Amino acid sequence: MRWWQKPASDTQITHGNRLWLYVLAAIIMLLLVIPTFIVIPMSFSDSQYLEFPPSHWSDRWYIVYLESPKWMRATVTSLQVGVLTMLVATPVGTMAAYALFVSGHRAARAIFVFLITPMIVPVILIAIGTFYAYGRVGLNNTITGLVMAHTVLAAPLVMIVITSALRSYDLDQERVARSLGATRVRAFFAITLPQIKFSIVTAALLSFLTSFDEVIIAIFVSGGSNATLTKHMFAALRDFIDPTIAAISTIMILVSTTLLLATQFIGSRQK
Amino acid sequence: MASHPDDQSSTKASALPIHIQGLTKKYGRMYALNNVDLEVRSGEFLTLLGPSGSGKTTLLMAIAGFNRPDAGSIRFADTEMILTPPHRRNVGMVFQSYALFPHMTVAENIAFPLKLRGTGAEETAQRVADALATVQLSDLGERGIDQLSGGQRQRVALARAFVFRPRILLMDEPLSALDKKLREQMQIELKHLHEQLGVTTVYVTHDQREALTMSDRIAVINDGKLAQVDTPHAIYNRPVNRFVADFIGESSMLPLTRDDTGKLYFEDHLIATDYQTETGKDYALLVRPERLFMIGDETVDADKTITFSGKVREFVFQGETAFALTSISDTHDLSFRFGTDSSSSQDSMRPGDPVSLGLNRQDVIVIPQTSDQ
Repeated sequence: MRWWQKPASDTQITHGNRLWLYVLAAIIMLLLVIPTFIVIPMSFSDSQYLEFPPSHWSDRWYIVYLESPKWMRATVTSLQVGVLTMLVATPVGTMAAYALFVSGHRAARAIFVFLITPMIVPVILIAIGTFYAYGRVGLNNTITGLVMAHTVLAAPLVMIVITSALRSYDLDQERVARSLGATRVRAFFAITLPQIKFSIVTAALLSFLTSFDEVIIAIFVSGGSNATLTKHMFAALRDFIDPTIAAISTIMILVSTTLLLATQFIGSRQK
Repeated sequence: MASHPDDQSSTKASALPIHIQGLTKKYGRMYALNNVDLEVRSGEFLTLLGPSGSGKTTLLMAIAGFNRPDAGSIRFADTEMILTPPHRRNVGMVFQSYALFPHMTVAENIAFPLKLRGTGAEETAQRVADALATVQLSDLGERGIDQLSGGQRQRVALARAFVFRPRILLMDEPLSALDKKLREQMQIELKHLHEQLGVTTVYVTHDQREALTMSDRIAVINDGKLAQVDTPHAIYNRPVNRFVADFIGESSMLPLTRDDTGKLYFEDHLIATDYQTETGKDYALLVRPERLFMIGDETVDADKTITFSGKVREFVFQGETAFALTSISDTHDLSFRFGTDSSSSQDSMRPGDPVSLGLNRQDVIVIPQTSDQ
């Protein structure tokens, strides 16, 4: 039997029957990744301008990036904001998800939806609102302000990841721990937390990425010495087209992909 | 006579009685518990038996402290517990799902309540070993939870619930996830364990056979109210109302009429002469299918035996017993169950065969016809 005559599943459908699906899936996957990966060859171009495919190869734009105080400063800001957002959004989102999950209150569902609206509302609206609100209280161009705004975006992700982890967790375990003499807090830390820890790590990595990749809010509320990498890249694209951006993009793709693969790996270990 | 639970309480000083008075819990407009009064004697095995949604689990959770009743009192001996959080009630609890901690070994699971109480390492090890021996799992202490069978998990959950010597043990349908054979074996084991520990035990189940097998007393609960609290024998033989009679065991009901002298009749059969009846109430005869017997050609003493003549409508062979639905009048049937022997076969009774069924007068059970009181 040739491979296309073999059954593709428990039904009578063969791989040959499914050939068109495989082709379609391949095309869609290519469409999804090509725009991302096209910057990689561009970043190794010797040209002054963004060019594809590059006529000459060079790593000069990586040197430019690494030796530029402006880019380094922005990188440090982005990492700083990313880590702080992770440290704020993860516990806040976890607590919210846990509370809403165990409460069983009628309003819990509504509060949950309310708290995840930042995922649905166009980010530009959040950015504009945040910009004017921060203008009043003097939080524009500060790390604190940026971390707060990014937490608003990241906390819903944390809530969704943690809620789905709690759904597959037997809350009777916490009840039994309490009947055995543990306070609620102790029961959470001794029994629940160890069992959802991989989801918490996943949520933390996603919060970091949310902040690290974010550009729209950063354009509005970050600036001066506290401008993020993404904001500088956007400005650079507008002012002068220069392959440094391709080099930075390549590095960011590397960071993001590594972290996402890490979350996938962690997710598979949890099962 | 079965031993009376009170006889044991003096020797098992560690057990606590539970006094429940006027306990009420509402969910929305629905009463989950409606003014429940219940005394659980020190050291007794009491089963809360009822259909799903009857309030039995709500009552158990109220004793454990996981829900806060709207009104009423729960005392352990003389101490009011209604405002005490679960972790300070010192109550061992076994859940239906077992709720073992999967990130700990068997021994760590059992040691958990001891760790919370600051028990020393040496004593902890000793008591965990003792608990494992009690539930016959001595060699499995280092196992992970996912390496255990259902029956073993059940035993670990049990060991964890009594290792800290609680004075009250609560169990919420702990055997319902096991298959029938294992469940019956565990029922006997639990009963022995209870005798060994002497701890006051409240056990929740919807399985009437389980309740009859294990309990010192059974509290039958329906619609948030206690229908009857009594020994298994009394619950089975003297149900106070139609709900209890229906819920426990198999039964047939025949409506009774009363003459001026207070005698009760089913059609033209005299059923009872001295039963205390109230005017304005209807009564029914409750017949347990296994209390009936077949009458052949022999003459029967009408003073001792009531005879129902009828026709077999349906006959089912079920292994150790056989079941015959017998119509004794145009509108009334009796269920008849009898033990089989090797000569019993599908053909020993056929639909349409005439049959005479006897019921000894001492087996007559008269209950009020209405199901509410």
